[in-house]
Amino acid sequence: MNAHQEHADSADHHPAVSVYYVVFTALLILLAATVAVAQLDLEPLNFLAAALVATAKALLIMLFFMHVRYSPPLIWLVAFSGFAWLLILFAITLADYFTR
Amino acid sequence: MITSSSPQPRNYLNVAYTVSSWLFTLDHKRIAILYLLGITFMFVIGGLAATFVRLELMTPQGDLLESETYNKLFTIHGIIMVFFFLIPAIPAVLGNFLLPLMLGARDLALPRINLLSWYLFMIGGLFTIWAILAGGVDTGWTFYTPYSSTYSNTYVMATAVGVFVSGFSSILTGLNFIVTTHTMRAPGQTWFRLPLFVWSMYATSLIQILGTPVVAVAILLVGLERLFGIGIFDPSMGGDPLLFQHLFWFYSHPAVYIMVLPAFGVVSELVATFSRRRPFGYAFIGFSSFAIAVLGFLVWGHHMFTSGQSIYAGLIFSMISFLVAIPSAIKVFNWTATLYKASISYDTPMLYALGFIGLFTIGGLTGLFLAAAAVDVHVHDTYFVVAHFHYIMVGGTVMAYLGGIHYWWPKMTGRMYPEGWARFSAILVFVGFNLTFSPQFVLGYLGMPRRYHVYPEEWQVLNVMSSAGASILAVGYFFPLTYLIWSLRYGPKAPDNPFGATGLEWKTPSPPPTYNFDEQPVVEEEVYNFVPEDTERKPREERGEVPHARA
Amino acid sequence: MPEHDGALAHQFHDYGQQRRAAELAMWVFLVTEFMFFGGLFLAYLVYRYRYPAEFALGSQTMDVVLGTINTLVLLTSSLTMALAVHAATVSNRRMLILLLWGTIFLGTVFLGIKAYEYHHKYVKHHVPFAGQEFHAEPEHRLGLATFYNLYFLMTGVHALHMIIGIGLMLVLVVAAYRGGLTGPRSIVVHNSGLYWHFVDLVWVYLFPFFYLVAARGGGHG
Repeated sequence: MNAHQEHADSADHHPAVSVYYVVFTALLILLAATVAVAQLDLEPLNFLAAALVATAKALLIMLFFMHVRYSPPLIWLVAFSGFAWLLILFAITLADYFTR
Repeated sequence: MITSSSPQPRNYLNVAYTVSSWLFTLDHKRIAILYLLGITFMFVIGGLAATFVRLELMTPQGDLLESETYNKLFTIHGIIMVFFFLIPAIPAVLGNFLLPLMLGARDLALPRINLLSWYLFMIGGLFTIWAILAGGVDTGWTFYTPYSSTYSNTYVMATAVGVFVSGFSSILTGLNFIVTTHTMRAPGQTWFRLPLFVWSMYATSLIQILGTPVVAVAILLVGLERLFGIGIFDPSMGGDPLLFQHLFWFYSHPAVYIMVLPAFGVVSELVATFSRRRPFGYAFIGFSSFAIAVLGFLVWGHHMFTSGQSIYAGLIFSMISFLVAIPSAIKVFNWTATLYKASISYDTPMLYALGFIGLFTIGGLTGLFLAAAAVDVHVHDTYFVVAHFHYIMVGGTVMAYLGGIHYWWPKMTGRMYPEGWARFSAILVFVGFNLTFSPQFVLGYLGMPRRYHVYPEEWQVLNVMSSAGASILAVGYFFPLTYLIWSLRYGPKAPDNPFGATGLEWKTPSPPPTYNFDEQPVVEEEVYNFVPEDTERKPREERGEVPHARA
Repeated sequence: MPEHDGALAHQFHDYGQQRRAAELAMWVFLVTEFMFFGGLFLAYLVYRYRYPAEFALGSQTMDVVLGTINTLVLLTSSLTMALAVHAATVSNRRMLILLLWGTIFLGTVFLGIKAYEYHHKYVKHHVPFAGQEFHAEPEHRLGLATFYNLYFLMTGVHALHMIIGIGLMLVLVVAAYRGGLTGPRSIVVHNSGLYWHFVDLVWVYLFPFFYLVAARGGGHG
């Protein structure tokens, strides 16, 4: 069973409950931030700001609510491979549209 | 070890005979057999459509079929063969049957999901068959917009639903294989003790889970545009038809590797067994599968050189496309090096494997012509492209699939196939295939466009050659269908390991018991560890009826 | 042969292996969901690049207050879900049931607000498909139609995932009342939680992409 027990029962490694409240508070602050930033005229940086804040929120949700922070490397790899592949899809397709 | 002498011990086939014991089975081996029946049926349908296409092209005039009927026939051929034969063929039949056996596991990690994926495949198939019976579909297998979303009056919706549903079947199979490979390996079986078939299945699964959802979205959007007028691709509603091509080819180019990576895996097994050697450069073959899976996602725009995409994007796509040749060449060189000075035996599976290596090399090299943007502008949408991808898909995938079916047939059914007939039809397939598709390279280079049923008279000789080859090919496919069924009853009983192969699947009875192994196997040696005394092969006539198990 | 009671499937050797397989399977499934939504987000990026002015105009017809409240509701439901997973792990059945009901309630509130917003759009003739009468200035017609098409498409697919999620939660509640979600079976709650958080995560992007495209009152477009 050596291959199996490298990361015994990853799903059981849960953070303390207080961590959830801290993360939740951080998410609320980021929500307020994204609404506030949208009131400023930063064109063309408005999109970038919104995307960055959303990504920060997404990372908090993934790392803590979805326990990636406490999971073995394999789960990290799987969780972020989706992001990586979307970057490929977006980057190459937009490269066509931007240079047409 | 259990012997295969009478009375027949309990195995996965004779454990129950009722219909419900098959339709509700969770046994990966039975589900593989269900898939085998499904995709064989689909192959026959797709083959019939191809027969009509080749018959029509015997003469320059359109005298057998009308244009609309011809359009529907090549569309049916493409959709059935790509989505319902080539993509599921090796993973869903051989992969399903072999993955747990090769890993020393009792089943796949998710048996219910496995059965669900078969039902999704069949439901998708039924939708597609219904669309054909109701009147057909004429968009080509690529469903290009805005023709598919706005103008075609044929049964696009039913076909789209069929492809969409079968896509989920493909996703679930890939998911199951990834989870199984990570969590179900036998004790002692490290990644570098995995058979190369498992490596290639894993790389295939990665493409299935990362690519298929994107084509699902593309097809969903076509459907919504047809049904509700949500104009994502229709220029008259503000959409861009090229976006469909990006979404479609983001999946459908890697889908070529869904078809051919499993074939690489099969050929690696066959070359190792029949040259009685550990494959030269084991790790290189394994990692090149991953390199192909990743690079395959970066090159889809080479299908769009003439579509109006940015020339700069085309340039980049062209350059990256050349890179895919590197891992593919690594495999071909490594197989060749494995064969060098080896004690090769030319059993039927090996004939298919050798045929594969040659045909895949031709298909791959002509792919380089097409990756060069300048050449592609000349031969785009001609028979050169048709010939190229048939060399990969038929010369590659179908050859490997047939080789694999013959190789593992004794394990799957407990019976040997008739060697003489099998060799004869393997040669027939090789000859017929080349006669069918090599003239098409010339036709394409001369400028004959694909998807037309009328052509100038000077191309008739080459087209007749191609059709003649297709009829030989059809006979070559008909023979295995017949003698494999025949062998179920009359074939000699198969020993546990008829080919003297390594690998856990040969260390259990043929056919295996329901939970695959009587005891949990433990892997204590390297993979492909051919011991010297095994090098002396048993004479062929003994192999059929070995009364005792091999040591 | 290891012990095989009702909670351990035949193909596994022990609960640890079963749990690892189930968790990995859920994550791989979520990757396919990533890619599925990714195709839609690609369409969004392409058309936002093509119609910047119309996306700004369209976004100014959105109700930012309702959108913010809905984001708040969904983030809170993620908190209750995370706490429910914790309750299942420590086998606190009463707390688990309470938190699952809380999650279901918040999810339903989200869908209610969403339905109200859809209705509002319908009344104002901002629906460019299904043969509806669509009101827009001629010079912005194509871009605005694309904006609303994407809005309904993406939030619609998201709402569909919410409905599936709520259904999943109801199944969990029933199982929790029967006491079937403790011990090795708590992985079911864990995996359902992953799904719920993922759906939340998609909304985290949808909210700024449709409600907050350009500065309010800045007179863009």
